[in-house]
Amino acid sequence: MFRTLLAKEFREQWRTWKMIVFLAVFLITGIISPVLAKYTPEILKSIPNLPAGLADFIPAPTVADSVAQYLKNTAQFGILLIVLLTMGVMAQEKERGTAAMLLTKPVSRSAVVLTKWLTGMTIVLAGLLVDGLACLAYTVVLFEPLPFGAFWTMNMLLLVYLCVYLTMALLASTLARSQAIAAAGGFGGLVVLLVLGSIPRVSDYMPGQLVTWGSSLVLKGDSTAWPALGVAAGIIVLALAIACLCFEREEI
Amino acid sequence: MIRIENMVKTYGPVRALDGLSLNVEPGVVYGFLGPNGAGKTTSMRILSGLARPDSGRAWILDKEIGKPGSDVRSLIGVLPEEPAFYGWMTPREYLRDFVAPLYNIRGRVAARRTDELLEIVGLIDVANRRVGGFSRGMRQRMGLAQALVHRPPVLLLDEPVSALDPAGRKEVLDLIETLRGQTTILLSTHLLADVERVCDVVGIIDKGCLIVQARRDDLLSSYVTPLFEIESEDGFGHWLEWVEKQAFVTNVTVANHTARVLVKDVHKAQKPLLESLARETLSVRRFELVHPSLEDVFLRLTKKEV
Repeated sequence: MFRTLLAKEFREQWRTWKMIVFLAVFLITGIISPVLAKYTPEILKSIPNLPAGLADFIPAPTVADSVAQYLKNTAQFGILLIVLLTMGVMAQEKERGTAAMLLTKPVSRSAVVLTKWLTGMTIVLAGLLVDGLACLAYTVVLFEPLPFGAFWTMNMLLLVYLCVYLTMALLASTLARSQAIAAAGGFGGLVVLLVLGSIPRVSDYMPGQLVTWGSSLVLKGDSTAWPALGVAAGIIVLALAIACLCFEREEI
Repeated sequence: MIRIENMVKTYGPVRALDGLSLNVEPGVVYGFLGPNGAGKTTSMRILSGLARPDSGRAWILDKEIGKPGSDVRSLIGVLPEEPAFYGWMTPREYLRDFVAPLYNIRGRVAARRTDELLEIVGLIDVANRRVGGFSRGMRQRMGLAQALVHRPPVLLLDEPVSALDPAGRKEVLDLIETLRGQTTILLSTHLLADVERVCDVVGIIDKGCLIVQARRDDLLSSYVTPLFEIESEDGFGHWLEWVEKQAFVTNVTVANHTARVLVKDVHKAQKPLLESLARETLSVRRFELVHPSLEDVFLRLTKKEV
């Protein structure tokens, strides 16, 4: 049953172009991040009528800029795409009536939620793989090789970070009866996490710290964010459990 | 086979089911009749596990619905009123790769069963076309196919022919007839013609309560009022005066060139009516023994209850 549901989810993501769009955006992000890091200073310098001497203050690009661009772009585009693509996965099934058709068959409701989550996670993982490989390749060409192990560890932290948003969007989609409400819930959760992440002290415990930790790993810094990792894992497990429990109890 | 006892279900201030009880014997086609909002779909949703009752209990094949460890879903096939599918899938993919494996039917067996069902419901020619472009009638046929994949002993069909054209309606009702005896079918509808055609037993529901449950023939003979409709191009003239005086006639009304003649006994009334029309040389366009609508039967029943 789980295998059948999972196969249907992957097939749906592929046939409805969602997976392709996701991977394409991540590939583009992986390519443009090092390119932007390399050429932004040169673009700035080429602006006509730049005040004399200002060009000297624009620093020469380094590999750190490439990593920073990669983290910033992947996190931003990733979160936006994840929320957009996930907000409908459960709400749409309820709204269109396909959930009612499915749930009259011998399937576990939790399995329905979990297969959707697992599909989303696999696509995000594949996206990061494409994104990371493109970034590695372009950084080698434009700057210097990145530490391979640290770079992929950073990507694993990024995966956990994106997974928080994926699970929150899935929870919103499960609780909502329509896509519009799911969208409002998904973006609402996003805003709450971003606002909390900007409050000093509180931000140390927020998933956003995982991005800083990842950057530090690659650039040989010494910051860690174990509490943030714990909080992220907690949010993921809790949101997934609430989604399963609520869907188990919901009347369709 | 299917048993509901004293079931109550409310949605806010609305009491969708108000102490509904019914019993469906094995192998029968049970017509679940009632107007819109009577509680038919709510009952179906509870029986198929999509909703929970506030109180009361229900069993299918002696398994209690909603009781932990008693999942009846592999024993039933459900066709909702408006079946919905994944628009990107084809009927063949939906049945063979999605529905059949959920019942542990896989590989060649699933492929064979899929083609067999698509043939039966008349969708074999569009087996590889996306469901997204299907008409409501086609979706209803596909809904019937998906309910039959695992040859369930119990079928719950919510308005199975309401979206079909006359030919499609006949085909589906014929199909339901072929299942008689092997499958217990609970068929909800608001069309008396469907009930007359295929149902062995009829239950009429209103405001969440079962008003009557009887064998079809008993019900029709008890509640059906014999009514003739006669349409004439140039009115009825003296014939109306004659017909009103006849002992076998209980009431006559005329509207839009059509006379509705209520009689006590169809067999006793039919011959004299036809003879009188011929005698008067009226330009009769139509002479029809009209079956009363569900509303007619239903109004009489509720009147009785009052």
